[in-house]
Amino acid sequence: MEVRPAETKIILGGGGSGKTTILKMVLGLVKPDSGRIFIEDQEITQLTEAELMPIRKRIGMVFQEGALFDSLTVGENVAFRMREAETHSEEEIDSVVRQLLGFVELGHAIDKFPSELSGGMIRRAGIARALVGHPSILLYDAPTAGLDPITSRTICELVMKLRDLEGVASIFVTHDLESALTVASEFAETLPNGEVVFKNEDNNLCLVNTRFLMLKEGNIIFEGSDEALRSSSDRYIQDFLE
Amino acid sequence: MSFFYRALYEIQEFTLLSFRTGRSLFRKPRYFEDILRQMEIIGTGSIFIVMLTGFFTGGVLALQSAKSLKSFGAVNLTGQLVALSLVRELGPVLTALMIAGRVGAGIASQLGSMVVTQQIDAMRGLGTDPIKKLVAPRVVASTAMLPLLTVVADLFGLIGGWIVSLYTLRLNTSLYWNTAMRSLAYNDVLEGLMKPLVFGFIIGMIGCYFGINTTGGTRGVGRSTTQAVVTASILVIIADFFVSKIVLEFRY
Repeated sequence: MEVRPAETKIILGGGGSGKTTILKMVLGLVKPDSGRIFIEDQEITQLTEAELMPIRKRIGMVFQEGALFDSLTVGENVAFRMREAETHSEEEIDSVVRQLLGFVELGHAIDKFPSELSGGMIRRAGIARALVGHPSILLYDAPTAGLDPITSRTICELVMKLRDLEGVASIFVTHDLESALTVASEFAETLPNGEVVFKNEDNNLCLVNTRFLMLKEGNIIFEGSDEALRSSSDRYIQDFLE
Repeated sequence: MSFFYRALYEIQEFTLLSFRTGRSLFRKPRYFEDILRQMEIIGTGSIFIVMLTGFFTGGVLALQSAKSLKSFGAVNLTGQLVALSLVRELGPVLTALMIAGRVGAGIASQLGSMVVTQQIDAMRGLGTDPIKKLVAPRVVASTAMLPLLTVVADLFGLIGGWIVSLYTLRLNTSLYWNTAMRSLAYNDVLEGLMKPLVFGFIIGMIGCYFGINTTGGTRGVGRSTTQAVVTASILVIIADFFVSKIVLEFRY
């Protein structure tokens, strides 16, 4: 499989089909038993932990339950990567943190600890943390799982904004079909007055830069657009869609 | 995997983690702030329990030894007996066991929860080495703080022994402190400070090892916490034997 810039690949599959493992392999957290992984033409399969560090700077990952550091505030969580790199002044860090938290609409929660936030807010803070340093690749691990429809919608809109307005390549792992179809059928657009709106692709097929990938017990059983997914004759896929 | 291979594997992994921890101390970035924070949590936070442990150990040593010494007509030497057994043996070991319970468990459960909530993965994903950021400061702090805590325990043990000698054995205060201080040679103090260095390293390292290798959700956190405390306590007692033996060999 391959993901291009400004493209989102949605990986569907039941529990235990290896969705999260794919993301962890892209980030180099686990090594594949066989096969090779390239990030921007560089093979990462055989790299050591130290060699992986500079590559990870170009990748942002949103973890399933947010995985915020619970001993740090939301602001410190977002600032973590920049503080560790020691290349920015405190003022620069502060302005970036405020801007990113504003982007995910969490500006008011900057001094709160993760334990004081709701599940959706934690997920959004996780997205803000993943966006530090303008990564060109984003990995979402079930970002909408277990959230109410309105919060899921907010997160899908963030994903679409990043894909269509920032040109970020992303892998979106989920078993939440509704949010997957939202991401696959709508696109974000900036109006002349600066407002961001979301439009449905309707009959302009292939306008949305999103492809599906279906996993079953570690194997890829489908790859293609949402229309092709719906019209697939595979029993497993049809069961999944229902 | 048979028990033998399992044990061999654990030893290999533990050695590797210790080696990586040691190596990370010599590479940038360095986390002085994290080390200081851990020193405060491990050291300052444990002072009170160490004081209590030392005080009552010294007291009971004076009580028990006076009974045996009486049969030789040597109750005067209570101070010497309390001082020697405290500084060379009981101070370091009991402090280490208390700290293994308090700090070893704390480290293992904290790192374990970070593993099961993917915070360690997130940290690696953000480009920070968890061994450098989390393991090394804890090991350095526990290795540095244990000798200091042992000194506190020794001091309060001597005070405990003194109070018992004064009020139940009716010993003279200056007699107690004189025999106690004069009996301590350079070697005794050296041994008493070398042991906690080794113990501190064991406690910090074992706590981190079991914490970072936690698997299986919240149940796994409980399991690795128990394993950390049990393993650290046993290793402390085994190491105590070997350090004592080594020091005795080089005695002159």
